[in-house]
Amino acid sequence: MREVVVISGKGGTGKTSLSAAFSYLEGSNAIVSDCDVDAANMHLLLDANFKNQSDFFSGEIAIIDEDTCTNCGDCFEACHFDAITQTDDFHVVDPISCEGCYYCFRVCEHDSIVMQTQKAGDVFISDIKNSTQMVHAKLGFAAENSGKLVAKVKSEAKMLALKADKEFVITDGSPGIGCPVISSLSGAALVVLVTEATVSGLHDLKRVQELVKTFNIEAVCIINKYDLNLQMTQNIEEFLESENIKVVAKLPYDDTFTKALAEAKPIVEYSQSSSLSHLVKDSWEDIKTIIRNQK
Amino acid sequence: MKITFASGKGGTGKTTVSTNLTSYLASMGENVVLADLDVEEPNSALFVQGELIKSEISNKMIPKWEEVNCTLCGKCAEVCNFNAIVAMPKEILVFSELCHSCYACSELCPTSSLPMTPSRIGKIQEFKADNFTLVEGRLDLGQEMAVPLIAQTISYVDENFTDCIKILDAPPGTSCPVIEASRGSDFVILITESTPFGLNDLTLAVETMKVLKQSFGVIINRYGIGDNGVEEYCKNENIPIVTKIQNDKEVAKLYSNGKFIYPEIAHFKDSLDEIVTFIGALK
Repeated sequence: MREVVVISGKGGTGKTSLSAAFSYLEGSNAIVSDCDVDAANMHLLLDANFKNQSDFFSGEIAIIDEDTCTNCGDCFEACHFDAITQTDDFHVVDPISCEGCYYCFRVCEHDSIVMQTQKAGDVFISDIKNSTQMVHAKLGFAAENSGKLVAKVKSEAKMLALKADKEFVITDGSPGIGCPVISSLSGAALVVLVTEATVSGLHDLKRVQELVKTFNIEAVCIINKYDLNLQMTQNIEEFLESENIKVVAKLPYDDTFTKALAEAKPIVEYSQSSSLSHLVKDSWEDIKTIIRNQK
Repeated sequence: MKITFASGKGGTGKTTVSTNLTSYLASMGENVVLADLDVEEPNSALFVQGELIKSEISNKMIPKWEEVNCTLCGKCAEVCNFNAIVAMPKEILVFSELCHSCYACSELCPTSSLPMTPSRIGKIQEFKADNFTLVEGRLDLGQEMAVPLIAQTISYVDENFTDCIKILDAPPGTSCPVIEASRGSDFVILITESTPFGLNDLTLAVETMKVLKQSFGVIINRYGIGDNGVEEYCKNENIPIVTKIQNDKEVAKLYSNGKFIYPEIAHFKDSLDEIVTFIGALK
């Protein structure tokens, strides 16, 4: 089992549309995981049925018992997150600011504070198009710990893939360079960097590649909307060459991606014989060849 | 007046709208500052092209072990809820990237052997453009926690700029970084696209705003492509639509070069006027 992670640094470059297309093409030979848990939406393209749900617990918050609180203020003094405020008779915790560090709990001499585990989200294992399965999640509203939820989604997907002897796990990663992306990358065999031919596309690509390098994972790149700005495409290609990253596809600016999305279909299902679909298919074949030749 | 531009989904136009709106407001003589809070991938400076006038290191506080008085009692490791401290038989190890800066280890240490010291997580830079200022937070590569830097960037803006319109460009998503960028603002504008992805991520962002009890409105970008799900949703939920920005490849082309859109494209400027009117009515 080998994992392919699709990431982009910048949002809106087509990462999810491409991940869904790869998943559709590979069918039952791959398990899919959506690690963009902050704003998960890949399930829309793959007809996920949200079949198997489980709660995801992570992190705790402090709760102050107003009956036994003596209003001494020790917890207020201890908290460095401004999460505790004083009322006339007792102290209260703002659940959104609380980090769950236990400091207030440890200093309270009246045992008035309890730490309560928080439900941080839901994890789903769904049947999807082309007779395979995907693992995805929904982060609780205003909940934290998305990095841990990403790790959970990934481990579930790998477990499924190992059990059913699948060749690939295809992971739709998260945007940015922080905690969720770092979680998305761990253990991957290949990273597909999706960028677009814009000044911000190149900027974000450079930053995310710096991060990928520290993981020592082989990377390839897909340049989306390459014809929007040919000079920028050339700049991106020069950067990729200097980093020894192969370009597996250059895709034109094309509203078909959006039209396919409005029909809730991956591009390779929506317009099977279009030149865009062929480019995407070829890139996936390239990616598979690269992974199979690794070792 | 402080306004945050946010979105669930990335790439919907937060930076495009916030940079253009800031420049447009400034051109009308308003005193305005733009804060780029997408500290993982800050892009506004690419479009603003101002002169760097100030740069300061941003730190988080982490404990630093001092051997001299330490009795290796292990209390620090016991009280750390984030596994950032390991008490070895002969030394105390601190894993700074796991530290949440709660100070428990430092302040509960009986021998004060773990004083809190600054550790770099990124930088805050101030750029002077023709007629406005951009403040950017930029997280160092390999740093996992964006929230402290977002908070510091907002504090920097609050301390250095009073009596002006503050435009905050938030990171994408619905979790901690967006919450930090949104709470404390007078109004949040969620930018979305009229596609099923846009709608899906908008509903998540809306739920987050409701939990925060934050007043908010919506801008529909790339209007005219996709479907009308977003519009119907906003109508049903009674969410004000601030403006609809037409789908236009010319906008994408200008953006790709890092150019301002409103001086070139009339319908985009019309949309900015609608935003300005909307903001004016909030005052």
